[in-house]
Amino acid sequence: MNRAHALIGITLLMLAGCHGAPSPAAATTPPAKPHAAHAGTSTAAGMHAAPTPEFVPPPESAIPEGPFGDMVRQGRELFVHTDVAARPYVGNGLTCANCHLDAGRRANASPMWGAWGMYPQYRRKTGSVNTFGQRIQGCFEYSMNGTAPPLDSTVVRALEAYSYWMAKDAPSGVRLAGAGYPRAGFTPPQPPDYHRGQQVYQRKCALCHGPDGAGQEVAGRYVFPPLWGPDSFNWGAGMHELDKAAAFIKANMPLSRGGSLSDQEAWDAAMFMDAHERPQDPRYRGNLMQTRQQFHNSPMSLYGTVVNGHRLGSAPSKP
Amino acid sequence: MPAACAPGLLFPRHMVAAVRACRGAVTWRALLTLGLLLGYAGGTFAADAAAIVATGNGRGASPCLGCHGADGGGEAAAGFPRLAGLNAAYLRRQLESFASGSRVNPIMQPTARALNADERQALADYYSKLPIPAGLATPARPMPPADSAGALLARRGRWSKQIPACEQCHGPGGVGVGAGFPPLAGQSAAYLEAQLTAWKQGSRRNDPLQLMQHISTGLDAADIKAVSLWFAAQPLRSHGDAP
Repeated sequence: MNRAHALIGITLLMLAGCHGAPSPAAATTPPAKPHAAHAGTSTAAGMHAAPTPEFVPPPESAIPEGPFGDMVRQGRELFVHTDVAARPYVGNGLTCANCHLDAGRRANASPMWGAWGMYPQYRRKTGSVNTFGQRIQGCFEYSMNGTAPPLDSTVVRALEAYSYWMAKDAPSGVRLAGAGYPRAGFTPPQPPDYHRGQQVYQRKCALCHGPDGAGQEVAGRYVFPPLWGPDSFNWGAGMHELDKAAAFIKANMPLSRGGSLSDQEAWDAAMFMDAHERPQDPRYRGNLMQTRQQFHNSPMSLYGTVVNGHRLGSAPSKP
Repeated sequence: MPAACAPGLLFPRHMVAAVRACRGAVTWRALLTLGLLLGYAGGTFAADAAAIVATGNGRGASPCLGCHGADGGGEAAAGFPRLAGLNAAYLRRQLESFASGSRVNPIMQPTARALNADERQALADYYSKLPIPAGLATPARPMPPADSAGALLARRGRWSKQIPACEQCHGPGGVGVGAGFPPLAGQSAAYLEAQLTAWKQGSRRNDPLQLMQHISTGLDAADIKAVSLWFAAQPLRSHGDAP
């Protein structure tokens, strides 16, 4: 077991020791088992249940007519077709909706209604208090492996309008149930393992995301997004961190079967995904370990660690 | 590799070695006979799909064109699906499913069981290469409105039941993605309706990761009808579904 595994393992065991009772079992409409013969993947012991969200965003049909509504609609279009609608600022093949499901509406998939009211906030990543617009700029720089659109650009203003509209009637400054990915108290029974993750990937993920994580395209656009490699998020994106990826996967993947993986499977799959090369962190200035120390100094980041004999971040994908 | 061994591509490797080793012990006439026999067998390993489509395989598989049309376009009103241009691996898997019963169909099962593995592969390849019939490129139905029930299911989903938009897997407009997610665009509405119902009722169970079985539990009969009609009305590119 290499040092990275040991660090992750120790940290997770410590986190597990710090938390009390697990989250109460959720009534989040799990799909009824269709046929007795197809129990499929059962929940493992210690299954993590995401809390039942209370907030429901307004329906798309409620977007008003007029210039404000047009901006909201444009924001939605940008959200769902980012790679073409915001092309000057996007460096990969992803869209916001790939990780913020149902066009940013889905609870436990980092919905925009859960984020809007929490800004401005201090962010450790930037060491400063950021506005929502600045947060969106970060999405473009890291998750979209692109460049930050100006704060007063249509891109940023439209995405803000869309998020603001979606958060109508949500209390400001309150962390809502269903915001972000359900990370609190979510730990794996055993430290995540690359080879176990590979098995999970092949059985549960490759159908959509491809045998090599390269996604699947139709007519030049991705239907299933790439999870690593040149067209995916870069090393600075939040999804490269194990706890975020594992929580996202557990709650939402396979698409339409969120909650069907065991906790261990979700963590292992996250490890497998995050242990592949992807485009370089834009904050890299020539020294990998310095970049790790400055920006990735966490057991949740595999950046700069050696996995399967390869030091991640040393051979980043070139788009 | 010597030219004489080229037909050996049809031979298992060990057979080539065995023939070489035995060369001194057998006559050239015997070798020639063996070669002709195996060459003939090699010919049927690449089973004649076009012949099976037209006349069946003489062992219980009916001629495919009887229901699926000479151009592989199917017959929409009768619920016989288009096969032309579908992904070969997908098609082969469906024949296997009919044979095994994971996809229950009293018409297809005897035919599928009467085909051997090579014939199934050959038919799958054959149909995958057929062009989209010209008549299907333009849908026969008018496009339902963008806010119709079918359009909403296809393009927005029903996330309260953890149902993504169909397009998220089946591609924009339902043109299909790879081997796992067949095209729905321009497909027979009756056929699509029958499939969704089959998943819901349990008579079709061959979907990877049971995705469709779970999704179908969140759809009622009206949903199924609406989304089937929507996809049937979607245009097909005349150059086929590029997976």
